[in-house]
Amino acid sequence: MSATDRMIPDRLRSPLEQRLKSWETLLLAVAIAIFVANSFASPYFLNAWNLSDATFNFTEKAMIAFAMALLIISGEIDLSVASIIALASTAMGAAVQIGVGTPGLLLIGLSVGLLCGAFNGVLVTRFGLPSIVVTIGTMSLFRGISFIVLGDQSYKGYPASFSWFGQGYVWWVISFEFVLFAIIALLYGVLLHKTNFGRAVYAIGNNPTGALFSGIRVQRIKFILFLLTGLMSGIAAICLTARLGSTRPSIATGWELEVVTMVVLGGVSILGGSGTIVGVVIAAFVMGLVTFGLGLLNVPGIVMSIVIGALLIGVIALPRLWSMGRSR
Amino acid sequence: MLKQMEPPVPSEDRPATQAALALHGITKTFPGVKALSDVSLDLYPGTVTALIGENGAGKSTVVKILTGIYQPDGGTILVDGKPTSFPVPQAAAGHGVTAIHQETVLFDELSVAENIFLGHAPRGAFGLIDRKAMTAKARALLDGIGAQIDPEHKLKDLGIANKHLVAIARALSIDARVVIMDEPTAALSHKEIEELYELVEDLKAQGKAILFISHKFDEIFRIADRYTVFRDGHLIGNGTIADVTEADLVKMMVGRDVSQIFPKRTPDPGDTVLKVAGYAHPTEFDDIGFELRTGEILGFYGLVGAGRSEFMQSLFGITRPSAGSVEIDGRPVDIKSPADAVENGIVYVPEDRGQQGAILDLPIFQNITLPSLGRLSGNGFLRLAEEFKLAREYTERLDLRAASLDTHVGHLSGGNQQKVVIAKWLATQPRVIILDEPTKGVDIGSKAAVHDFMAELAAQGLAIIMVSSEIPEVLGMSDRVIVMREGRIAAELAGPDLHPETLVRHAAGISGGPS
Repeated sequence: MSATDRMIPDRLRSPLEQRLKSWETLLLAVAIAIFVANSFASPYFLNAWNLSDATFNFTEKAMIAFAMALLIISGEIDLSVASIIALASTAMGAAVQIGVGTPGLLLIGLSVGLLCGAFNGVLVTRFGLPSIVVTIGTMSLFRGISFIVLGDQSYKGYPASFSWFGQGYVWWVISFEFVLFAIIALLYGVLLHKTNFGRAVYAIGNNPTGALFSGIRVQRIKFILFLLTGLMSGIAAICLTARLGSTRPSIATGWELEVVTMVVLGGVSILGGSGTIVGVVIAAFVMGLVTFGLGLLNVPGIVMSIVIGALLIGVIALPRLWSMGRSR
Repeated sequence: MLKQMEPPVPSEDRPATQAALALHGITKTFPGVKALSDVSLDLYPGTVTALIGENGAGKSTVVKILTGIYQPDGGTILVDGKPTSFPVPQAAAGHGVTAIHQETVLFDELSVAENIFLGHAPRGAFGLIDRKAMTAKARALLDGIGAQIDPEHKLKDLGIANKHLVAIARALSIDARVVIMDEPTAALSHKEIEELYELVEDLKAQGKAILFISHKFDEIFRIADRYTVFRDGHLIGNGTIADVTEADLVKMMVGRDVSQIFPKRTPDPGDTVLKVAGYAHPTEFDDIGFELRTGEILGFYGLVGAGRSEFMQSLFGITRPSAGSVEIDGRPVDIKSPADAVENGIVYVPEDRGQQGAILDLPIFQNITLPSLGRLSGNGFLRLAEEFKLAREYTERLDLRAASLDTHVGHLSGGNQQKVVIAKWLATQPRVIILDEPTKGVDIGSKAAVHDFMAELAAQGLAIIMVSSEIPEVLGMSDRVIVMREGRIAAELAGPDLHPETLVRHAAGISGGPS
């Protein structure tokens, strides 16, 4: 009966071969094509400072998108992220009015983010409510609080040292936000692809029952993912508030869908279970480059959202059409 | 032996009539696996043909080609001798090919009649569904198979056996000439199986060609006229059932002699590992208590719904008990989750392999290492080389068959999936392993392998609990047997008390002599 002489190979296809045939490679090609098209379309595109400005189109959203990617891979979603930004920004603005300094403001921004994430997480993991329903609810709730506090007013008067987090440059054209984006991308890449935690996230997304029956603490891991998404929204709130220098209750309106778009464009399955951080990084650049390139050509905002929507559908439909064509 | 796929010349062992549906020289390849190579299958009117083979032999692939779900890479499909193709499932249905699957998808919230005619309901004025005609036709169909079911009832109100009859009625609702039955008796009780046999006889008398897939030899010899044996995607043999014995078929299936006998064991129980007392749940089970020793195999027998699986899953931390205590090595433990159970050395191989046992869309090695990741790395970072090493060690011990350790578990046959689940738990080096119906849906070769392996594990000092509804398996493998009835322990049997009749009487609650 024993057949130990018949070795089962570890892999049939090498990791390199799998990577070349992946979604990320296709997306990278799209990004390069957009870059080249942009540099032909506008003489102002290939300018270091202009390109640096372009990164602000995506850095804050992308920070949230990394945490959102993990959440979506695990089979959950958080649609309250933009409202968490509004609430955290409002809390920081209120603190400025009573003279809280920059370290205090940072602490408040991060804490509000974490608390909102914990609130979502408890509702989903303790009470077993569907995350899409919970976070649609908290989306209205969190921003609603901002509206009650601020009405049609706005908070201003942020200290100069605070503004650095949204407007400062680390070296030449490299902004603080861009560096932060790069560090966070790296951290999430390691977390998702190189740790036991990341493996558990994939397992949960593929089959939560199977993961539970394999001894994975499913609810604990989901709770941590909601905390992380809240925390990243808090960080984004700090950067955005510092960059704008003011807080209105309408801050970051509609960002939740842009973040989800970035995640899905990056190749993360909306049904959970698959996707990579590299994909989300490239998707962030694609969205940033498209928005920036169209901006240089004076295309109005509404047309930009049409282009982003078409891009999303196009990039997702293309591989499917391709495989359908081949199986005929 | 494999070179007998010449054009279909009527020979002695073939009925003189033409095959209603035939496959000739069919080949089908999936990435990394050749599922079928050059196989043929003939289905004659008024004849029951049994398709026999181990899991992974290619039976399911053939069914999917016959029903238009898969397209063959090579070979021909012949309907009444004329070459044709089934590009979509509707084309197969159009030629009168219908299938009753192991697990047919039905819809709980729809009525019985709606379930039967979903997708091809009789139409009335303006193309709307003619409910009256649909109900009448459904009633006629149900009467035809001797089912006492009201077609207007909602499906969710029916028991599992009646749902199965609805599935059969659905399959017969198209004007079928060829009926494929894929392990139709897997979920049925003894009485229902008898009724199914009558139905098969009726269909045969109506001149339908029947393809009958089963792992159970007694029913193959009872019901089939002809046989076709596949092994590893090849056609091994076919002919008339009357010309072969069970041993011949087994030999063709596995390509070697397989002892149907259970492994001989000399039980040598050691210290008590697991002690359960007063274990209860508000609705599923009550007052469960027993002890389990190292090197022991404890069988749990009972009818479906006796609460065995529910109790085992509670012991594994899936559901919380309302009362009771669990001790491991004499020390009380509080198991709140499966993670706690695994930490305390209790692991569970569930009956529902696809949902609970394995994560089908993840590779084999990741499934196996999932509960052991913490132990493998220590600092929370993955160590891929160690993972492959661990996976290789346990897959080789279990003689797993797969293209690579990177293959998704969903691509494996049922028996090999079960090996992955068992490997996953053995890699955690448990004290107690609970096996829930370990050989359900597993072919005969893998079944014997699983039994041998259980005996080996017990000899190495692992404590084993085996939940099984197969009496020969319970008796052949267990040192002691606990019989459960309606959520309680009905009897604990050992030694000379281990007798089929005793088991059945306690399970059914029949007192006194054999009925």
